[in-house]
Amino acid sequence: MNADQAADLMVDSERLAARRRRNRIRYHGTQLAIVGVAVVLVVLFAVAVKEGLARHGIRFSFSFLGNAAGFDISEGKTVVLDNGFWPALAAFSSDLTIAQAFVTGILNTIKVAVLAIVLSTVLGTLLGVGRLSTNWVIRNLCFWCVEFVRNTPLLIQLVFWYFAVVLHFPPIATAAKFYGVVISQQGLYFPAFAWQGGDAPFAIALAAAFCVALVGAFVEKIRPFRWACVAVLVAVPVVMFLAGFVELDFPVASRFNASGGVGMSPEMAALLLAIVFNSASYIAEIVRGSIDALPKGQWEAAASLGLGRRNTVNDIILPQVFRVVLPSFGNQYISLTKNTALGIAIGYPDLFNIYGTIANQTGHSLEGIVIVMVSYLILSWIISAVVGWADRRMASHGAAR
Amino acid sequence: MKLSKLLLAGVFAGFALAATQASASVLDKVKERGTLNCGTDNTAPGFGYLDTTTGQLEGLDIDFCKAVAAAVLGDASKVKFVTVTDKSRFDAVLTNQVDVVFAHTTMMPARESSIAIDFLPINFYDGTGIMVKADSGVTKFDELDGATICTTQGSATEIVLSSTFKARDWKNSKVLTYENLEKLFAALNSGRCNAMSTDKSALAAWAGNSPKPDDYLILPDTLDKSPFAGFVAANDSRWRNALRWVTFGLFQAEESDITQANLDEKLKSDDPFVQKFLGVGGGYGKDFGLPDDFVAQALKAVGNYGEIYDRNLGPNTKMFLDRKGTPNALWTQGGAVYSPLWN
Repeated sequence: MNADQAADLMVDSERLAARRRRNRIRYHGTQLAIVGVAVVLVVLFAVAVKEGLARHGIRFSFSFLGNAAGFDISEGKTVVLDNGFWPALAAFSSDLTIAQAFVTGILNTIKVAVLAIVLSTVLGTLLGVGRLSTNWVIRNLCFWCVEFVRNTPLLIQLVFWYFAVVLHFPPIATAAKFYGVVISQQGLYFPAFAWQGGDAPFAIALAAAFCVALVGAFVEKIRPFRWACVAVLVAVPVVMFLAGFVELDFPVASRFNASGGVGMSPEMAALLLAIVFNSASYIAEIVRGSIDALPKGQWEAAASLGLGRRNTVNDIILPQVFRVVLPSFGNQYISLTKNTALGIAIGYPDLFNIYGTIANQTGHSLEGIVIVMVSYLILSWIISAVVGWADRRMASHGAAR
Repeated sequence: MKLSKLLLAGVFAGFALAATQASASVLDKVKERGTLNCGTDNTAPGFGYLDTTTGQLEGLDIDFCKAVAAAVLGDASKVKFVTVTDKSRFDAVLTNQVDVVFAHTTMMPARESSIAIDFLPINFYDGTGIMVKADSGVTKFDELDGATICTTQGSATEIVLSSTFKARDWKNSKVLTYENLEKLFAALNSGRCNAMSTDKSALAAWAGNSPKPDDYLILPDTLDKSPFAGFVAANDSRWRNALRWVTFGLFQAEESDITQANLDEKLKSDDPFVQKFLGVGGGYGKDFGLPDDFVAQALKAVGNYGEIYDRNLGPNTKMFLDRKGTPNALWTQGGAVYSPLWN
């Protein structure tokens, strides 16, 4: 290679680099322009809408959030500032602000969503595995349950659970009671642990130890330490119970409702039943599909090792399935959370229901719907993030898929 | 290319949305369209109720819609009923889905100040009542401390109940709200609600229309007053004024003894007041943008206020709400139904 050729090559590579740079600038420029146009459009649209509203005499402002609500909400807690500083949970009352009413709705939605996510995952997995059972009765029972639930509208199932099931529980006066649980059409009441330790340092230390052990039992990687955590989890409650720091609080029925223990309103019970059964049947299909998709060799290999059916499912099949299904479960969790908005049909005060009341009593429906949409968006993002985290954790535990 | 077209379409859509707001009075739109879109309930017996045996909507609010259609368009059949709920009624009129709403709506300040609507004259004076099942043993409101009381979502009753509980310091009482009266009544029947609360007329109607009216007890207490009025979108005084005077016309006709039956006779009357009132040889309508005989048209369609009342809430109906001694009587009989001067 002589000097000329080398210089040519240099020029070529410089030219190439320059062209790449131009291309890159053009590329980013186009992207930027598109984003810019989109932003301008959104702003123009917002201004147009705002002007249209103003012409109609409708003001767009969020200042109403600070006004006193003036209405009651049948259940749910909101965030109040204790002593004007510490946030704390307290029951909603009509003299709190409209913003706090929204918070009540969000908390009610989260309450149902979290319970439904846990319960529907368990039930759905059972149904999904059940559909592949070798037992004819179980297989067909699961099949028809799933088919029936998946092929009817959720709203109708919800109305069915509420008006045809939950509201046919006995009235509070003749409520069914067993082991301290009260089941009536005014609500379901369960015995609950009540804190009696006050602020005694020993009691608080025990409670703290319990919390630390609970976290440790899940995240601790060294086996003996994990077992130590589990032992603490068992021992501490026994000690606290014996010392009288924690007591079982039994519900007591009065004329119109029951007090004490933990109560669940009929509306929440019906919404939970409807959503759990509905989501569980979709989750069952996801689980069944993933099991079907596993190579047949996995079953055969397990059989050749002399593993029984139960061991094969528990130790070979499900661990592999759960690696694959988590993202699909995540989708299901998000849609389940959004489905809680149907609670309005039976009077459960979820976010959307409370928005309805607020929109009606204050007239700020547009601002309200913006808050509702943003809230659902954030909830969905949080669920995606948690599922994504669990997925990565699961993948890092065993061999990567 | 496609994308840019789409974006362009979006821009135009945005401006179009903004532009549609700045137009003529609803009155002109209704006349141009040839039909009146009237928002009513269909679950409130006596006010707006779909009679399942005849398939017809009936009630005081329905008759007011017909009166408006007759007065504006000269034909009571040119009304299209749009069902609204307690919740959707304000948005329905704000988004021009309906031209006017008659849906047993309680007139109160927050609604006129922060929702962009204007109320028409009050056409029924009601009060917030409480109904329980007769076998519950409750006989007066004071016994309901700690009870769950149900009502419809977005109603004035929701606020009335909250403030009543607060005034009495009833900490364990709960307000549970349902979408519509149908679900509310079902919840009372199931026993979920210890009591149902809404306007007394609606309570009477639901008890009266049920298979066993004696199963229910309306408590004597009236928690608050509840005057009903129709409403239109704000800032349209031509439309609002026209409808105000249609309503007043129905009141005045009762006071002047002009009924559906004797209308033809009265049209031939030499009384200058009656002539002008009914628009014979020039009346009040033209300056409102209405036909001169708008009152006569409304009367021909549904009769005067007294006839409308008797047809829907009178002694021959299941709910029968007596007018005598209540604000619903004409002012000449000690009530509050009063029309301004027609002259």
